[in-house]
Amino acid sequence: MKEYFSNIFNALSTVWTGMKITFKHLFIPSVTIQYPEVRLQLPERERNRLYVNMDDCIGCDQCARACPVNCITIETVKSIPGDDLGKTSNGKKKALWVTRFDIDFAKCCYCQLCVFPCPTECIYMTDVYEFSEFDRDKLIYEFSTLTKEEKREKLERLDRHYNEREADKLGRM
Amino acid sequence: MSFESKENIENKSGVRTEEMVLNMGPQHPSTHGVLRLEITLEGELITKITPHIGYLHRCFEKHAEAMTYPQVIPYTDRMDYLASMYNEIGYVIGVEKLLKIEVPERVEYIRVIMGELQRIASHLVALGTYGVDIGAFTPFLYCFRDREKILHLFEITCGARLLYNYIWIGGLSHDLHPDFVRLTREFIKDFKPNIKELNNLLSYNKIFIDRTANVGILPVDTAINYGVTGPNLRASGINWDLRKDDPYSVYHKFDYEIPVGEGKAGTVGDSWDRYYVRVCEMEESLKIIEQALDTLPDGDIASAIPKRIKPPAGMIYSRVENPRGELGYFIISDGTINPFRVKVRAPSFVSLQIMDELCRGHLVADVITILGSIDIVLGEIDRE
Amino acid sequence: MIYDVINNLTGSPVLSAVIVAMLPLFLFILPFALVAVYLERKVSAHMQDRLGPMRVGYHGVLQTIADIIKLIQKEDIIAKDNDKLLFNIAPVLVFVGSYAAFAAIPFTSIFIGAQIDLGIFLIIAVTGLVVAGILMAGWASNNKYSLLGAMRAVAQIISYEIPTILVVLSLVMMTGSMNLYTLSEMQTGYFWNWNLFGGNYDILQKLLLIPFMLIGFIIIYISTLAEVNRTPFDIPEAESELVSGFHTEYSGMKFAMFFLAEYANMFAVSAIVAALFLGGYQSPFGYLGNLIGAEWLVPIEQFLWFTIKGVGLVLVQMWLRWTLPRLRVDQLMTVSWKYLIPISFVNLIIIGLITIL
Repeated sequence: MKEYFSNIFNALSTVWTGMKITFKHLFIPSVTIQYPEVRLQLPERERNRLYVNMDDCIGCDQCARACPVNCITIETVKSIPGDDLGKTSNGKKKALWVTRFDIDFAKCCYCQLCVFPCPTECIYMTDVYEFSEFDRDKLIYEFSTLTKEEKREKLERLDRHYNEREADKLGRM
Repeated sequence: MSFESKENIENKSGVRTEEMVLNMGPQHPSTHGVLRLEITLEGELITKITPHIGYLHRCFEKHAEAMTYPQVIPYTDRMDYLASMYNEIGYVIGVEKLLKIEVPERVEYIRVIMGELQRIASHLVALGTYGVDIGAFTPFLYCFRDREKILHLFEITCGARLLYNYIWIGGLSHDLHPDFVRLTREFIKDFKPNIKELNNLLSYNKIFIDRTANVGILPVDTAINYGVTGPNLRASGINWDLRKDDPYSVYHKFDYEIPVGEGKAGTVGDSWDRYYVRVCEMEESLKIIEQALDTLPDGDIASAIPKRIKPPAGMIYSRVENPRGELGYFIISDGTINPFRVKVRAPSFVSLQIMDELCRGHLVADVITILGSIDIVLGEIDRE
Repeated sequence: MIYDVINNLTGSPVLSAVIVAMLPLFLFILPFALVAVYLERKVSAHMQDRLGPMRVGYHGVLQTIADIIKLIQKEDIIAKDNDKLLFNIAPVLVFVGSYAAFAAIPFTSIFIGAQIDLGIFLIIAVTGLVVAGILMAGWASNNKYSLLGAMRAVAQIISYEIPTILVVLSLVMMTGSMNLYTLSEMQTGYFWNWNLFGGNYDILQKLLLIPFMLIGFIIIYISTLAEVNRTPFDIPEAESELVSGFHTEYSGMKFAMFFLAEYANMFAVSAIVAALFLGGYQSPFGYLGNLIGAEWLVPIEQFLWFTIKGVGLVLVQMWLRWTLPRLRVDQLMTVSWKYLIPISFVNLIIIGLITIL
């Protein structure tokens, strides 16, 4: 019998305690923001879309090897002696033409493992996160700055250079 | 939801019974992930439950054989995506033991802080979604509001909110942000009254207690026989926690208690106990974080990271205390830069097995109560 | 007064009676149902520290209209094996059962939809149509689990009607009339004269009655909450429970009718509780119109007070929904049969004794 009344009292009192809490929350201002009119300021170490600064890239392939999902594809062409490719920002001379530098953002898992091995710090993560596309092929970003003709030209020059060296060697023998 | 009716099953005494098979399909708002439960009913009482898993299998163990040791870490993140720090810690501790390197003390302390913050975040998800399953929609939002603060702390440290790639072999990827200690202390100060509010709103509510007490009682010997660990085991009354009984990292330096289920609202080991043990664990984690912040040593976090990770051939089993139980990694190395085999012992996988035992004799409406109290994550079960 | 105006217009007493009875329905309840949907979303959002609908119109005011337009243009799916007649009639019955009760609810002192001496009896009887509608919906869906859900809903509504009726009976015994208009008139004066505080009697009887009136108020509030299927008694509508509810097979406008009927039902039961216990349309402080000498202001004020009380009780219902978890089916039945009914019986006897002596 006593349990009957204590049940009733318990039920009503815990319900009332719960109601007080939700009532208090009615007057607390909301914690949500009205995206996309208001956007949060992202911290500086934020990991979103990658960016490659091709002026500094020396084509060493470290980032492609570090990637766990193989989303970076790099193809390079050796330069012949006498070619001037310019210097990176910390003074090193570049020796490879980077003909292909594709990053497939559909595969990228934003793990940041490619940022650390880069010797010139040319690949880094920005805070851009609104880059959705309707077509998955558009998510393959091509960073290489050479046009198609330039790439073909570089390959041909390299082939010619090798052929000349072979001819020289044969000629000397 | 489909159903089939196996009519006219003659049991031994020659009486015809009709058993019904109810399918709680892979898409259901209350199974925490893609889990298929095949429930055999007799009237309203359950006679058998068979869970079907594999809808989220992503071949983690096969991937690990093709990756180098540091590259496996983003994959381990994605197994139990609600408690990623522990996945990384477990794997990294194993590899460090194989390599026989010692990490600086500052690294250990930071790992403990991140781990305990992650434990609070994971328990908040478990408690919030459990409330939604029972029908109380508001505590879910309060829990997630607090979890946002923790995720913000992670975001300023390593840049990601859910899958971190922060704990590396031999150290960490970034040192703590200059604002981290201050923000964490603010968070601790704000969170303590919120736990009390959650208790008043949900845990001590008579309706909630009526729904969860004496439902799904897990006896102690059943738990041990199945190999259940974590809060599920502690709710049944056994004081077993890897942080105290097999300490790794610097847990032996802190002063905290292990909450054990006492049957305050019903019997020992029922769903309310499993829920309440998680609430108490959040409070204990706050204590650990405070102590770690007070005694955080200085140091260089990158000094012990080896250039090339090529452990000598050998095998090791390392285990950590996940928010869901004992997470174990069995790593076999054959001396090359790729591991030979990485096998994971996922705690949710073991906990899911007890569903059948717990649900016998209960009503259909209790299945969701019991499933929510076990707190499973399908990413872990299907071993990604 | 309005009756006379319409009678002059149409010249037929039957037609004008029908029109007058339908006026509160179209002028008040239908817009109120639309507003109630928006109100619920905003109240629930602010309780959960978020904002709710903000984009459609200023702060989301036009959200309900957008939802209604969306529901109207949806395809009306009827499965092959469904019983077409019952399937189509069920939402209509539920709708009618909820809305027809408004004819007898006293909004002001000069206008009541239908002046019936059996006011409260009519309301309770008409809301019983909802039970038939729900059963029809469950049966016609040709889905084993909809039928189970419908049967549970019916069991819930029927078992919670009993405490309601018992409390109403105790009040009728105390005041001697079933006419809601008379009941409201009897609670004139300040709020001290409301039935919750003992009614319009001498001081000794009042003080004796107050605790029992309070108990009766709580009992009738809980049982009407269960009659309209609101949390913590919303098993028939819960999506995360295993068994689907009785309205899962409905789409489009029929679904909208179930929902509008639910919100109207909420207001109907709040209005009944307000009329019975909280003084109906009486103001707690006296009338501003009487104070400044404008007699025509009084009915408008009464209407305002009535709305405030009704909407206040509806807000408390929403408040309860977002605080409490759900009760299991067998616990629901326990609460009704083992707790509410015995207490309301005892309440009835004691109030009867006090009234006689």
